[in-house]
Amino acid sequence: MFKKLTSRVLALLFISGLALLNANTIKIGAIVAATGPASFLGDPELKTLQHYVEKINANGGINGDKIELIHYDTGANPKKAVTFVKRLINQDKVVAIIGPSTTGETMAILKFVKKAKIPLLSMAGAVAIIDPVKPYVFKMVATDRMACQKVMQDLNTRGLTNLALISGSGGFGKSMRKQCKDVAKDYKINIVADETYGKKDSDMTAQLLKIKSNSKVQAVLNPGFGQGPAIVTKNYAQLKIKHPLYQSHGVASKKFIEIAGASSNGVRVVAPPVVVADKLDDSFPNKKVALDYKNEYEKAFNTQVSSFGGHAYDALFAIVEAIKSTDSTDPQKIRDGIENLKNFPGVDGIVNMSKDDHLGLDTKTGMIMLEIKDLDWTIVK
Amino acid sequence: MNEIFGFILSGIVVGFIYTLVGLGFTVIYNSSGIINFSQGEFVMAGGMSSVFLLQAGLPLGVSFILAIMITSLIGITLYKLISISKDSSQISLIILTLGFAIFLRGLAQVIFDKQLHTMPSMLGDGAFEILDTTLSYQSILIIIVSIIIVISLYLFFQKTKTGQAMVAASNNIDAAKLMGINIKKILMLNFAISAVIASIGGILLTPITSTNYEVGIMLGLKGFCAAIIGGLGNPFGAVAGGLLLGILESLVAGYISSEYKDAVAFIVLLAILFFMPGGIFGNTKAQRV
Amino acid sequence: MLDKFNINKQILLLTGILIVLPFLLQNDFHFEIAILAILNAIICIGLNLLMGYAGQVSLGHGAFAGLGAYISVILTSNYEFSPLFSIFISILLMSILAFIISKPILKLKGHYLAMATLGIGIIINIVLNVEEELTGGSDGMSVDSFSVFGFEFSDSIHWYILVSVLLVFFIWMFENLIDSPFGRVLRSIHDSEKAASSVGVDISHYKSIVFVLSVFIATIAGSLYAFFSGFISPQEASFNHSIELVVMVVLGGLGRIYGAIFGAVILTVLPQLLTAFEDYETLIFGAIIIVVMIFLPKGIASLWDKIVPTKEANLASSK
Repeated sequence: MFKKLTSRVLALLFISGLALLNANTIKIGAIVAATGPASFLGDPELKTLQHYVEKINANGGINGDKIELIHYDTGANPKKAVTFVKRLINQDKVVAIIGPSTTGETMAILKFVKKAKIPLLSMAGAVAIIDPVKPYVFKMVATDRMACQKVMQDLNTRGLTNLALISGSGGFGKSMRKQCKDVAKDYKINIVADETYGKKDSDMTAQLLKIKSNSKVQAVLNPGFGQGPAIVTKNYAQLKIKHPLYQSHGVASKKFIEIAGASSNGVRVVAPPVVVADKLDDSFPNKKVALDYKNEYEKAFNTQVSSFGGHAYDALFAIVEAIKSTDSTDPQKIRDGIENLKNFPGVDGIVNMSKDDHLGLDTKTGMIMLEIKDLDWTIVK
Repeated sequence: MNEIFGFILSGIVVGFIYTLVGLGFTVIYNSSGIINFSQGEFVMAGGMSSVFLLQAGLPLGVSFILAIMITSLIGITLYKLISISKDSSQISLIILTLGFAIFLRGLAQVIFDKQLHTMPSMLGDGAFEILDTTLSYQSILIIIVSIIIVISLYLFFQKTKTGQAMVAASNNIDAAKLMGINIKKILMLNFAISAVIASIGGILLTPITSTNYEVGIMLGLKGFCAAIIGGLGNPFGAVAGGLLLGILESLVAGYISSEYKDAVAFIVLLAILFFMPGGIFGNTKAQRV
Repeated sequence: MLDKFNINKQILLLTGILIVLPFLLQNDFHFEIAILAILNAIICIGLNLLMGYAGQVSLGHGAFAGLGAYISVILTSNYEFSPLFSIFISILLMSILAFIISKPILKLKGHYLAMATLGIGIIINIVLNVEEELTGGSDGMSVDSFSVFGFEFSDSIHWYILVSVLLVFFIWMFENLIDSPFGRVLRSIHDSEKAASSVGVDISHYKSIVFVLSVFIATIAGSLYAFFSGFISPQEASFNHSIELVVMVVLGGLGRIYGAIFGAVILTVLPQLLTAFEDYETLIFGAIIIVVMIFLPKGIASLWDKIVPTKEANLASSK
């Protein structure tokens, strides 16, 4: 442990020395929830960023300039996100910011990036991030609204109409719950139960018992991310509830299956295609990018790819592309460059941004319905 | 209507965990008058250690025993720290144990990591179906082991020589010293016992709720509430307090508001402190100044 | 005479430091940390009064600061009151709340009192988290800008001046309080409650006043922090924050006002210096607490005493 400490001190000194020497670095900031209740979002995101920044720099950087990735871990705490974004803007003087990992954190820092006029590429889920459109805010993840629509399409296919919601109370869970209630009538779905649980709750049995004893329920959807849905899934199986359980893309990672264990079998999850890149149809337009990313990530980290890492990849390369296309590292120009992305092959789908659309993804290629079988992902036809 | 049975049942299971934590508080408090704010972290240490030992490839039984031993060493370390501190006023000790708790959490972050971890249930994933609800094998294990621990503690303190010596020491330190009882050893043993109980609770709980470096915070606080509700210093109080708290929490979550579940422990705590500081079973050492 | 001279010297020194500091700070972020440190120091003055002089441990002060802040923010954002007026109302409400709570709480002793403040703090935290409609829930809410009689506090330097003035004011107020008849009674209570009550002092009355004062100060500092940072979340009212405040006071030295300020500054600045060692932050924080409590239980101020004997030190050592 002391060895680690010493080497970190040395590394710190070394990097500071380097920073002094090489004033021509492109400073990109990142705010990730690498630890805490959203760590299975933030951890792969950070790993992805670090890996690809290193790779880009090894290949000469962008037009000869190296990227310096300055990242902070918020533990999914919006207050820390606020502190760190101010630090990135005022002290580190970055030209663009990737993150945060969660909706709550993103909403908290919006006004600061707006004031500073620095482009933000959020990796969070709620549609409110880019609707209404904000000039400096972009989103690299399919929205919660899309996830609701995908789930309801599936319910229609299976002939089910009565849905129970059990939602996490963080920004994403709250937002997706609202979106689902909004779009339900478009698919002729009735929301017959509406339970919630807290971010750090360790037991959802009470809420699930209420759902179980509600005879109208035919299916259950759990908007949320992080440890909450894993616990819901475990409790669900323990209580032997028979209805189909749906999870959002907030759990599209092997870590979810690991924690929920055998109880995750049979659960349907809306997910970005990268999670099953190798099983995708060749007709999927971004299959190559997704598959390449999956293979590279799995080789580098010896662990199954996570969709969240994919969001980070897309954010990083969107910035790289913007810098290349505008030949500038001015934050305003980078922002313009990102807004003009057309047919950009992202891991999450083909991205087409515009003045009115700061997401650029569409439902067809942005998300697919998966079912967990034998502790692995399978595509639902 | 049968859902109330389900609520009560899950409340009892959680209640036993609170009981184990509360018992840990009680053991230390009885022997030394100290409130150990790091009790929850002992629970966490038990759970986290066993997860990582299992992951390292050690067999189940070995992992558990090692985890318990590690935690008891942590308990003894705390005792040593307390005994060398220059100032043993209440404020200092409260803050010292709080600092130790924070230290343990930081240590867990560094040695293990910050992710959530789980273990497979010890008796498999099955469950009994009773009256429209289920009772998992793990929950039954928790209930049985907790009862065994409570009875063992009782027998130890009342029937064995060492145990009786401890009780004597806590009632009258001077007299105990005169009788040749080694106070230091007794205190150390008490801290170790407290840590052992807590770590067993942590191990049992992990398959159900998963563990991470932060689980100790709320568990510790609620366990403390349980001990006070029952009557600090009274082991049966800890049992009663723990079960009562678990059931009450579950009922509130089911019938009133699941979001306010965590507040139950503290509301009841305040009510007891204001109206019945000795707790339900009363305690001759209430309001120790 | 010499005593009065002593006190004024310290306040002058502090004022001098506060005036010089802005020229040393290099960017907005540094200012932010400085302002935060000063606001924490202000809360610690109140907490120090409660813990060091009235001998009451509060493990829930973060919650009081947080609740006071939320009231100010909600009144401004949702009900369109002016920030100043909102803070005024918040102070009023929190003081009343503190007074009501103080009666039953202050009858408890030792760790029972600590646990009661802890319980109240956690309940407040949970309510702030749950009542989403009002508070924005666990993700917090944005706070509108702060303006007083039309003057908008948009620049860091505005805030810096405001909080520095407040800090000096509260220190001056505190020192005068300690020297006043009220303060003498307080000290006598701390030295021996039995003796004090035997000469007719209404102990619970004094303790209540000190409790209310400490909450009053916490509300002001907490509210200003929310307006300054533009964001508020239930984290302000968390158990962790309450512990941080207690550690600040104890680290500095219970009953030592400059100790409390010193403790606040150290514990605010340290995490920022340690972000390179982010992973070890909690570990280091815990280790610091343990080391201080074992070897330096009277806080850093006791170290200072060995160098510069002061009147305060003599008072403190008589405890």
